[in-house]
Amino acid sequence: MSELRDELRYLSSHEWARVESDGSVTVGITDHAQEALGDVVYVELPDVGSEVNASQEAGVVESVKAASDIFSPISGEVVAINEALEDAPETVNSSPYDDGWFFKVTPSDLNELDNALDAEAYKALIEE
Amino acid sequence: MLKETPLTSLHLELGAKLVDFGGWNMPLHYGSQMEEHHAVRSHAGVFDVSHMTIVDISGEDAKTYLQYLLANDVAKLQANGKALYTAMLNEAGGVIDDLIVYQMASGYRLVVNCATREKDLAWMQKQVEDFQVTIRERDDYAMLAVQGPEARAIVDRLLDAVSELQALKVFSGVSVGTGMDAWFVARTGYTGEDGYEIMLPNKAVETFARSLVAAGVHPCGLGSRDTLRLEAGMNLYGHEMDESTSPLLANMAWTIAWEPEARDFVGRAALREQRDAGLPAKLVGLVIKGKGVLRDGQALVAKSCNEKGVITSGSFSPTLGTSIALARVPMSFANQCQAVIRGREVDVAIVKPCFVRNGQKVF
Repeated sequence: MSELRDELRYLSSHEWARVESDGSVTVGITDHAQEALGDVVYVELPDVGSEVNASQEAGVVESVKAASDIFSPISGEVVAINEALEDAPETVNSSPYDDGWFFKVTPSDLNELDNALDAEAYKALIEE
Repeated sequence: MLKETPLTSLHLELGAKLVDFGGWNMPLHYGSQMEEHHAVRSHAGVFDVSHMTIVDISGEDAKTYLQYLLANDVAKLQANGKALYTAMLNEAGGVIDDLIVYQMASGYRLVVNCATREKDLAWMQKQVEDFQVTIRERDDYAMLAVQGPEARAIVDRLLDAVSELQALKVFSGVSVGTGMDAWFVARTGYTGEDGYEIMLPNKAVETFARSLVAAGVHPCGLGSRDTLRLEAGMNLYGHEMDESTSPLLANMAWTIAWEPEARDFVGRAALREQRDAGLPAKLVGLVIKGKGVLRDGQALVAKSCNEKGVITSGSFSPTLGTSIALARVPMSFANQCQAVIRGREVDVAIVKPCFVRNGQKVF
């Protein structure tokens, strides 16, 4: 059974978003997603300073098996990326909600997250 | 409804993720494809390959029939158990399938791909014409591949057939037991490691698979089978070759027996024309120099050439820790080219299409 966290918001494409105390939003992929992908071997992240748009591609995660697009749950400017993933992409498998985060955004409109799923709705989706 | 091997319940018990593979419900992995890959390179792994099609050919014309059906010449097989890798071609010289043929006491045994089973059997039937042969699919047999540096020692011990099996040469097999229930153990594989492919009765396979796992052999799925064969530079039907691809463009020239000149085989005339006209492309190995993962279908470009190449099989290589691929490129491509990955050109080195053998990097 994959882990879910109540404080996160989720996309049906299996990304999560966490609103931090400084108002920034951290983005990663869910435990369910990393399980389905298998061993992650490469992550392509947006550049710091670039703009990402809600529900649009912001990067790519590749496992041994396949490449999957990463969609951003929110629009805004990328203020940080998880550079540790370059040398240790397997962190996405071992710690999808903590050390395996992808990028951090200063949101242009936090209300966009109202369109995302809460833990209960995401749970229902992956159990379908 | 997916077809199942006799091992489905064992796969589930061992935690397999099962997927539809050519109409069969097969294990993709048992948790980590990467761990399974490393187990085969360093120790031993067992793959359920019962989905592959085993076909026995017998009858007084078995030899001459196969000499006509196959591009390689079964006359090269000089003793029972010996194996030959070959293509089965259409009249245009395209590859209907690639397969291994073993000489058996009762005739010959072919092991063909599962995804091509129906068209293979239909084609083989069609070529029979006046040949006196019996074609019998052996769906009463399951098949396990036990591969890795420790694989043979473990199997030899379990089968209590140490002396017979230790003497077995690469690319040959031996029957263990007699009659319809005999096991056939061949020193062949699809991983670049030593090991066996074992054909055994359906009813015997679960007990044997359990004893392998109990002896420390790692259960492995089709995911690691693919990364292992790619590292070994081995072709996969539907990727490196298909019905519209000549074996000459898939590094299979060595499997075409041109001699004796008098032997006619399906596709011979077309292949000779292709050979005499000169080949437009070659199958090479690629190793990425920059970041990313090479994947099937990605285009390849080189400054010196207007034509493009294409990746036929690409993946991350668990042994090398970087991405590798097999690719078909124009003859003029030399030492380096660029792979187009999501619109970005990434440098890749062109190498001989064999990356890992017996656990070691070989390029």
